[in-house]
Amino acid sequence: MSTARTAEKLSASTALVKKRRAAEWRFRAYGVAAIAFCFLAILVLFTSIISKGYSAFQQTHIILPVTFDAALIDPDGKKDHDTLIAFDYQVLVKKSIADALKLDAGDKPSRKRAMDLLSHAADTELRDLVVADPSIIGQTKDVSLTASDNVDALIKGDIDRSVPEADRQVNDKQLAWIDDFSRAGKISKDFNTRLFTAGASSQPETAGLWVAILGSLYMMATVILVSVPLGVAAAVYLEEFAPKNRWTDLIEVNVNNLAAVPSIVFGLLGLAVFINGFGLPRSASLVGGLVLSLMTLPTIIIATRAALGSIPPSISQAALGVGASKMQTIFHHILPLAIPGILTGTIIGLVRALGETAPLLMIGMVAFIVDPPKSILEPATALPIQIFMWATSAERGFAARTGAATIVLLLFSFVMNAGAIYLRRKFERRW
Amino acid sequence: MSSGNLLILILVLSVAAYFVGRVRAGTLGSKDNKLHSLPSYHGFYFAIATGLLPIILLVLWMVASSQLIRMKIDADLPAEVKALAVGDQSLSVSAINSLASKIGDLSAAQIDTLRSGGDAATALMAEQKIALASAPQGFVIDAALQKASLLRASSIAVTLFCLALAVLGFAYAWMKDNVAFRARNTVETVLRYVLMAASSVAVLTTIGIVASVLFESIAFFKSVPIFSFLFGTVWDPRFSAAGSTGSSGQFGLLPLLWGTFFITIVALAVAVPVGLTAAIYMAEYASSRVRSFAKPALEVLAGIPTIVYGFFALTTFGPFLQNAGANVGLTISPNSVLSAGFVMGVMIIPFVSSLSDDILSAIPNSLREGSYGLGATQSETIKKVVLPAALPGIVGAVLLAVSRAVGETMIVVLAAGIAANLTINPFQPVTTITVKIVSQLTGDLEFNSPQTLVAFALGLTLFIFTLGLNVIALSIVRKYREQYE
Repeated sequence: MSTARTAEKLSASTALVKKRRAAEWRFRAYGVAAIAFCFLAILVLFTSIISKGYSAFQQTHIILPVTFDAALIDPDGKKDHDTLIAFDYQVLVKKSIADALKLDAGDKPSRKRAMDLLSHAADTELRDLVVADPSIIGQTKDVSLTASDNVDALIKGDIDRSVPEADRQVNDKQLAWIDDFSRAGKISKDFNTRLFTAGASSQPETAGLWVAILGSLYMMATVILVSVPLGVAAAVYLEEFAPKNRWTDLIEVNVNNLAAVPSIVFGLLGLAVFINGFGLPRSASLVGGLVLSLMTLPTIIIATRAALGSIPPSISQAALGVGASKMQTIFHHILPLAIPGILTGTIIGLVRALGETAPLLMIGMVAFIVDPPKSILEPATALPIQIFMWATSAERGFAARTGAATIVLLLFSFVMNAGAIYLRRKFERRW
Repeated sequence: MSSGNLLILILVLSVAAYFVGRVRAGTLGSKDNKLHSLPSYHGFYFAIATGLLPIILLVLWMVASSQLIRMKIDADLPAEVKALAVGDQSLSVSAINSLASKIGDLSAAQIDTLRSGGDAATALMAEQKIALASAPQGFVIDAALQKASLLRASSIAVTLFCLALAVLGFAYAWMKDNVAFRARNTVETVLRYVLMAASSVAVLTTIGIVASVLFESIAFFKSVPIFSFLFGTVWDPRFSAAGSTGSSGQFGLLPLLWGTFFITIVALAVAVPVGLTAAIYMAEYASSRVRSFAKPALEVLAGIPTIVYGFFALTTFGPFLQNAGANVGLTISPNSVLSAGFVMGVMIIPFVSSLSDDILSAIPNSLREGSYGLGATQSETIKKVVLPAALPGIVGAVLLAVSRAVGETMIVVLAAGIAANLTINPFQPVTTITVKIVSQLTGDLEFNSPQTLVAFALGLTLFIFTLGLNVIALSIVRKYREQYE
């Protein structure tokens, strides 16, 4: 073989090797790019939601000196609850904002504009103050009143001052007043406690998540009470007792399929069976909880079966060997050892149920509910439903609140997921 | 007594019976004459004998009684009300229901006030928090009174029956129980049946789903022919009155079906390449350190509620695409197919990747080693050996992802269009089956109108469709797993 031919062969093969190595490198790069894409998606998703929502955790207040005039509120000096409730505190609000801005009594348009600086709930805030402490009647006090949605947006920089007055929600006069207040240190941004204590409201600044959080908690409780016992019992039967026959096969196929049935179909089931069939009240968290329970059941069954299956047979053989019955073996030995796995699966199912929206839309949980529900039979909403309702409202203030509600929902699910991971780490056993 | 309280009472009685049985069993046994079962099993036997039958009765009653009472009330409605359209009739029924819940608290004089109507009745209703638009008609009051008395009677009856059954059961256990009684065997048999019943709930759920969507769909197909539903190309439910002729074709499924598939195709175009390459990288290349943070990241994507994705698509991604399109001279609608499909694709990446990852990891190493032995590089091995071997499983994973995408609701409700469009332009909005189910059922429409019932027909379509996909996908995945085990 001549050296020239060998060299030619070698160079050809190095060219081929180069090509193959480049292909190898490209193939790896695709994989890295795919993983990077997922991380990028997470990053974009979270920054977008946090940047939209964080501002709603703060609420702008205007501090005004309010004179609680005894002659107006309680002319007879009775100081009883009914009198204090009955008074129209809007009068006090009007008077104090007009005084603070030194407006004439006759200047009706200005007075109206001035009132627009404050939230519609300013009067109830004063009422609550007076009812809580009737001794302030007759005094003049600096009170921090919730500002209106527009003022809130302006202070947070969401309203562009350079926009012509006609297109701006806050006109020049109001802008000047706000700047005056701001210079005098009369504007404060505080933690928005109302977001966590109030129910539904048509005004963004007085809307809160409490009804939704309560409804979600009720539903989670229902899911835990209904689907955990049912799911664990079903899994124990299928894994430990079920004879191999058609019926068992049917159940198995069913469980696997139910896990993949679209959630909205469960909503249709809830509407047709629980509401139209059994006559349970619409919008009640009981119905929502039952629908979510049926949806979570397959997850719990599958997780419990996996947990039971991973217990080595030596455990049950030992128990049976010393004379325990089959039931005793399962309930005294196998099930306790499987608890960590069951808990992890249950929490994952619960997190899914917590964020589930579509089936709840079907059973009328989209409702305007102001008062927190006292029982699981009363109308309530749920966190994801509240997000849905706020996301589809037109007012600007609701956009930030939707973001805030999303952050709250994600926090809830992260806490639960973290719990699942902690349990898994803590109790994980390798046999 | 309310059913909740009754249930608690029965449970309390059962717990009491448990302790009675347990203590009694303790006194029965002696050194020469040992108990067959542990005392606690005697206790459980007592508890079951006391509580099981009343609880079953109570559950059956809860399911049946409201139906029976409703049927009775419906049957007793005056003929002129029965002659009314379904909508007006259900209005009277809901008036009866809301009145019946309050009328028990009213005195006879107050009921007379209500009957006489006018301002006095309105004032009374406001005072008693009776939520009715106007003063009720006479027959409504009669029916409400009848319903209230029926409810009271049935609740008294069920309380008495349940308590009697509990006492009888307890007495039976007391007579039956003795030293030689095999309490454990009996208790375990009952428990076994309870476990079996629990496992059939899954089957009951499926039956419930099929029955509920099927019956309402049949009602729908009575007013709209099935042919024009399946093959109609116009979706416009608003303008077709119930039962009127010429309404055919207004409930056409095709635009919705197309919209669903269009969005699904876009979603798959994102999810399959990304998910599959990510799975290949994780299964074949990644060190355990990379896996340990990449896998949780994918789980995070899977764990984010879909409403959050929908909100993101609505407020961030849709407007972003619109602006980006405007910059290069394209008109992109903010709720275009592209935006909803892309975000949905990101959502289903984990479904594709985690299942594919499992499948790739299940391929035996001998296949890979054989390929390396012939001189193939790692990527050549993956492309020419591992992937073809894993193909059926991956197809199964993709089918599951398709079923997930078809049934996904919240992303499309928030981010896709409302108008049913037959378009192939991905920059235009389309609507999907799930969007229409939501919009047909969340309005203030009458329940028995075709506008509402069509949601169940759509639900049936969706259910059949996803069921088919799931059955095929699961059987492929299952068969495939067995192949290499």
